[in-house]
Amino acid sequence: MMKTTFSTQTSKHSLIELQSVTKVYGTGSAAMQALRGIDLQIDQGEFAAVMGPSGSGKSTCMNILGCLDTPSGGAYLFEGVNVAKLSRDQRALLRRNYLGFVFQGFNLLNRTSALENVELPLVYRGILADEREESALRALEAVGLKGWESHTPGELSGGQQQRVAIARAIVTDPKVLLADEPTGNLDSARSREIMEMLAAFNREYGITIVLVTHDADMAAYAKRIIRFLDGIIDSEEENGEML
Amino acid sequence: MLRETILLALREIRRNLMRSSLTILGIVIGVAAVITMVTLGRGATAKVTSDITKLGTNLLQIRPGQHRHGPGGTHSTGDRFKEDDADAIAREISGLLAVAPMASQTTQAIYGNENWATSVIGSTRGYLQVRNWQLENGRQFTDSELRGGKGVCILGATVRKELFGGQNPLGNTIRLEKLSCQVIGVLESKGQSSFGTDQDDFVLIPLRTLQRRIAGNIDVSRIYVSAEDGISTKKVEQDIGRLMRERRRIAMGEEDDFHVRDMQELVSTMTGTTRVLTGLLGAVAAVSLLVGGIGIMNIMLVSVTERTREIGIRLAIGALERDVLMQFLVEAVVLSSFGGLIGIILGVVAAAIGARVLAVPFVFDPGIIAIAFLFSAAVGVIFGYFPARQAGQLDPIEALRHE
Repeated sequence: MMKTTFSTQTSKHSLIELQSVTKVYGTGSAAMQALRGIDLQIDQGEFAAVMGPSGSGKSTCMNILGCLDTPSGGAYLFEGVNVAKLSRDQRALLRRNYLGFVFQGFNLLNRTSALENVELPLVYRGILADEREESALRALEAVGLKGWESHTPGELSGGQQQRVAIARAIVTDPKVLLADEPTGNLDSARSREIMEMLAAFNREYGITIVLVTHDADMAAYAKRIIRFLDGIIDSEEENGEML
Repeated sequence: MLRETILLALREIRRNLMRSSLTILGIVIGVAAVITMVTLGRGATAKVTSDITKLGTNLLQIRPGQHRHGPGGTHSTGDRFKEDDADAIAREISGLLAVAPMASQTTQAIYGNENWATSVIGSTRGYLQVRNWQLENGRQFTDSELRGGKGVCILGATVRKELFGGQNPLGNTIRLEKLSCQVIGVLESKGQSSFGTDQDDFVLIPLRTLQRRIAGNIDVSRIYVSAEDGISTKKVEQDIGRLMRERRRIAMGEEDDFHVRDMQELVSTMTGTTRVLTGLLGAVAAVSLLVGGIGIMNIMLVSVTERTREIGIRLAIGALERDVLMQFLVEAVVLSSFGGLIGIILGVVAAAIGARVLAVPFVFDPGIIAIAFLFSAAVGVIFGYFPARQAGQLDPIEALRHE
């Protein structure tokens, strides 16, 4: 039901469009304006990096893009549908069917095998066990973890854990992969591996990726860099050229 | 999806095996207590019923005087009955199986060196029938023995054991005070009554023998009447009342100076009492089920806090509020149902042992087991709902940040 609403209008709209989005936390004198009017369009197949110092609003923006949070003002159109008007459950369905998440802290289920972690989003999609396992194994192979299926996060290195998380994000074939500081907990060699993997997924499968990072080396993997400062977009560059 | 959720719940329970076992202990004890209490209570009811039935079915007892219970109750004495009162009942009331007038005395029974204080009952052949006694050995009184007041007796099992031990008493002569009488029969044992008295401790002799040779009068202290099957004891009671009022010349408006008591009434009073007690015990036990439910709620709340991050991950990945709610609710229900199952097993075993110790029949009732199981599952739903709802309503951003 939701699916049809979202998928019919791809040609007319950008995949993601923020129109003067604001976000205020708290009320009255304690109110804190995290976003002061963001206008942003991200098209299908882009690889965009959001940069900025802490407190610049990039994480808030990411939460809104990930439908985990709603804007206080303005509109967030996902394939032309205004997310701000959706209910909590509708946003959950949107995440379930169109979004993949990769977090800084990996956020895998402890004491649960890599395979089952990757299967988790498919469980909520109501896919049957056999098909689920097949897809999950394919996703784990794609991130280079063939043979590690039965290991729990505790038995894997940080880089491997993040690859399990990436497998979990791509197993559903999402329209957008949202990566929030995916290399924040990894050393530089592991970080480069992860970034190369994301870049390859973007290049080869055309998955739209939005990356949040404060590391310029990591942002360099993206085709487009959006810099946040004090709740507004400070500057943008595409393929190394300032716009 | 439900299957997945149940499997997930089982895995979560296995992971915290120690905690899970302690959590369900309350439910286990509650269910076991309910089942034990109710089963033993049912057993006691069954025993009381069967004991009273052993006194004789469709039995009515007619005694002179009036018993009135309660405050200001009086105990008036009426004239004693005579044997022809019993004859009149037998003759004029229809639908009767047997009529037995009886009188009794306590006395010493002596055989050789053995000496036993017992009660001696004088009655007719109908006595065995109305009181539901079976002859184990020997024979009933003959007409001539009854008419002539001969020295013959039938022994209750206790008296036989005390006087004769393992010997065969038939044909031997015992002494009841100055009366010597020959043993012609022995009764099967009925054992203790539910009032705790030994029902087998008596010697039965012909009514006239007792009246002439021991009591020295012609009184009958009570008359037992048993109605045929299918005949209303209420109707028999009314018929006897009318007949006795006539014979005893009681004027209209005056109160009866005798009393007809229906054993069926006694059965329902007694079983009613044990049933109330059973219900009461069951209710007390049910309180512990409630306490068990609170234990489950407590642990589920702890579990939700501990697994906040997991909940955040699930919500971010696309779990709906109700998916998470169901996950925790199913976990609580699986926990409490497990507790219920173990409690049922424990309760049945405890009831079986208890029934043996208390010498009441073990009444296995699938109904109470089904109720106990459903109740324990319901406890899971009720006490699991609040923590589960809390889990479902967590903010995914906050939950993901939770350490």
